Amino acid sequence: MLFHAVLFYLFSFVLIGAACGVIFSKNPVHSIMFLVLAFFQSAMLWLLVEAEFLAIVLVLVYVGAVMVLFLFVVMMLDINVEAVQRGMTRFAPVAIGVALLMAFELVQLIWLRSRAGAPPGGFEAYPEGYSNTKALGSVLYTEHVYAFEIAAVVLLLAIVAAITLTMRKRPGLKVQNIAAQVAVRAKDRLRVVKMDAEKKR
Amino acid sequence: MIGLQHYLTLSAMLFVLSIAGIVINRRNLILLLMCIELMLLAVNFNFIAFSRYLGDDTGQVFVFFILTVAAAEAAIGLAILVVLFRNRRSINVQELNTMKG
Repeated sequence: MLFHAVLFYLFSFVLIGAACGVIFSKNPVHSIMFLVLAFFQSAMLWLLVEAEFLAIVLVLVYVGAVMVLFLFVVMMLDINVEAVQRGMTRFAPVAIGVALLMAFELVQLIWLRSRAGAPPGGFEAYPEGYSNTKALGSVLYTEHVYAFEIAAVVLLLAIVAAITLTMRKRPGLKVQNIAAQVAVRAKDRLRVVKMDAEKKR
Repeated sequence: MIGLQHYLTLSAMLFVLSIAGIVINRRNLILLLMCIELMLLAVNFNFIAFSRYLGDDTGQVFVFFILTVAAAEAAIGLAILVVLFRNRRSINVQELNTMKG
């Protein structure tokens, strides 16, 4: 149990540090790297509470796909870092003040119940041979099957929207028109001319 | 013993940090998107902690759907960002005042 607590605090500190790194680093590429670290630490913390399936999904989907997409876009856009970051510190004191106030209030609210004499909410361990993936699947494909299908439609919509938004026709680009090439007939290319034979002089 | 309160506190700190990040980096659109991802991560922490505390797997199913929608949102947001950069040569939020009446 003590080892569990040590791991929790270790992962939490790295997670908070990575979140600070996302916010405060000057270079967007560094921010994305810190975000990847934050997602990894979150996956570790989810493993600690035995939510194994979601931890693996977080690493596969977020680190493997979404973060790579972010990195790809940042490197493609070639943003002028200096121009973007100028004037960043003007609102920093206000932001930090608001954040500290909100953090104070939230923490007060969360720890109020345990201070009033209620037992600290520990998580009871799952029984031997319990499979988190199996349990989630059995709920997902029975009770929430409509929501699951709607999620699939949302993903399809995202694919279609992303492709239509970024597709463009550039003028002056030399491309093949495959349909016209396939549909061509011999008479379009070859003209047979009838004429009298020439006489030898 | 590490329990619900610890996870809720961690999630609150993550959420507050991402709010601060949105205010601090409000010029760079791509950093705003990343802060929104962090915010969704904090929400997912809450869902998982309560799901384990109450012994109900529905909370984890909900996290699954949040991950799906967040991935779709990131894809469309980045597509809009690419189109925006192609048209305006900038992703500074302060310069996006075309819709101002």
